[in-house]
Amino acid sequence: MIPKRDKQAVGQRFLAAFRAAGAVEVAPDILLPAETLLDLYGEDIRARAYVTSDPLRGEVMLRPDFTVPVVQMHMANGAEPARYCYLGEVFRKQDPGEERPAHQRDNEYLQAGFELFAHDADADAEVFALFHRLLAPLGLGAVTGDMGLLMEAVRALPLSPARRDAALHHVWRPGRFARLIERFSNQRATRDFPEASAPWSGLRGADEMAARITRLRADAAEPPLAPEWPARLERLFAIAAPLPEALARLGELAVEWPALRPAVARIEARAAAMAQGGIDTSAIRFDASHGRHTMEYYDGFTFSFLAPGRADWPPVASGGRYDALTAVLGRGCGRAIPAVGGIIRPGLVAELEAGA
Amino acid sequence: MIRLGVPSKGRLMEQCFDWFATRGVRLSRAGSDREYAGRVEGAEGVALVLLSAGEIPRELAAGRIELGVTGTDLVREKLAGWRSDLVELAPMGFGHADLILAVPACWRDCDDLDDFAAIARDFRAAHGFRLRVATKYHRLVRAWLASHEVADYQLVDSQGATEGTVANQTAEAIADITSSGATLRANNLKILSGAPILRSQATLFAHRGAMGEEMARFLAQLGVAAG
Repeated sequence: MIPKRDKQAVGQRFLAAFRAAGAVEVAPDILLPAETLLDLYGEDIRARAYVTSDPLRGEVMLRPDFTVPVVQMHMANGAEPARYCYLGEVFRKQDPGEERPAHQRDNEYLQAGFELFAHDADADAEVFALFHRLLAPLGLGAVTGDMGLLMEAVRALPLSPARRDAALHHVWRPGRFARLIERFSNQRATRDFPEASAPWSGLRGADEMAARITRLRADAAEPPLAPEWPARLERLFAIAAPLPEALARLGELAVEWPALRPAVARIEARAAAMAQGGIDTSAIRFDASHGRHTMEYYDGFTFSFLAPGRADWPPVASGGRYDALTAVLGRGCGRAIPAVGGIIRPGLVAELEAGA
Repeated sequence: MIRLGVPSKGRLMEQCFDWFATRGVRLSRAGSDREYAGRVEGAEGVALVLLSAGEIPRELAAGRIELGVTGTDLVREKLAGWRSDLVELAPMGFGHADLILAVPACWRDCDDLDDFAAIARDFRAAHGFRLRVATKYHRLVRAWLASHEVADYQLVDSQGATEGTVANQTAEAIADITSSGATLRANNLKILSGAPILRSQATLFAHRGAMGEEMARFLAQLGVAAG
């Protein structure tokens, strides 16, 4: 067991490095209003976060991550470009399912983070290079992805707007997405909607149901998605290789799927910026499906740093671009701010350093 | 000494008593119907503890009883990591109930979970909040919906009269235990097609730390394999 004090010291080291990289330190509250987080993350966060109640503030949550309070702080009084850093505890329940693991994972641990709000195209590379440099002595494996690539790929499928929106909505849920694509690929028997004898009940309106039935009837008349498209999607999702090789394969795919070109060019430019910063890109992996299993609001570049031989560990560091999150949080004030950032888990770094 | 926990009331208690009686062990209440002390005849070193059915999982996990009868639903809902503490010994053939997801019967466009997921997405877009599912089985329902990649919903706690929440507009759907479905129909709800969230029945469980020789002898007498 590594004393908390030592983990704290490791965190302070990263915090100092983030400050040296131009970030302003912020210290968000530990007790956060639960409503915003629940609305954003849904039941996933309720299963993981500690919710309690305050007689005046209502439902509050022990900080499950820093991103939301930092974005809110920036929206309230920040101006771009802005760089923020922080160090503090986050709290996550670890429900083991049916069996308790031999080594229970921590339910409170430190995060040291860096967030960059900027319209600058090189912001992704800046954040990644910073994390890469700070973590270099640990010999971690770096994996990157790009949710923007997947979303642009889906947008370019020859689908009706209703089908396209459904597919986009489920990009983060691979099983459900696969079923949708399978459904779109097959002509289906027209569905019946037999009259119900039960009276209307509940808040969902009869008009909402009628709209969905109209949509489903129109959907049944849609031509099936040609078989080359699911095959191309499968090829795209399966690309997982060192970055230069992955780019070559993306380039090949873009020959028959020209809509991918802008995203591929963006990934190329990012790789070039990384290389210019002295990073050996052949040691960085690109996994096209990388962001699909992370938080829904990462909608562009994603990255994680993994400890080799520790398959049961979460990433030692992770991050990405989350413009979609700032768009949702900025709904009220009509603002969306390009944002990219990441966190390091000093506790895991301390363990790696102690074992070395 | 093996402390055997059995539900203290009603039909479930009687069915437990019958199950043990068929295997040569006569359980009964000591004295009047109002007493929660029990008597055991036909087995050595076994004490009967009458408990509320909902408390049996917790008592088993803590090792305050060595054997207990409870529903698989309650064990899985209430005990995180239950296999580390309990041994599931034998289904007992009664107390059958399914944990199901039900929606208003008037939803003609909702047959299965795919429909439900699509409706939840539409509902959230139209109403600005997540479709509400009333239940007291939070962990089971959440894990099941997560494994089927359903998003756009939220659970609302309902510890009783759950079937009424839809008509009262405090929820759009419910997840609850049902055996015949009669209460659901009476409240104008229908069960989604496909497998239920969980099929539950009364089951004999043991505390994992109590699986010694004494337990082996008693289980042999009952004709139950030791896990």
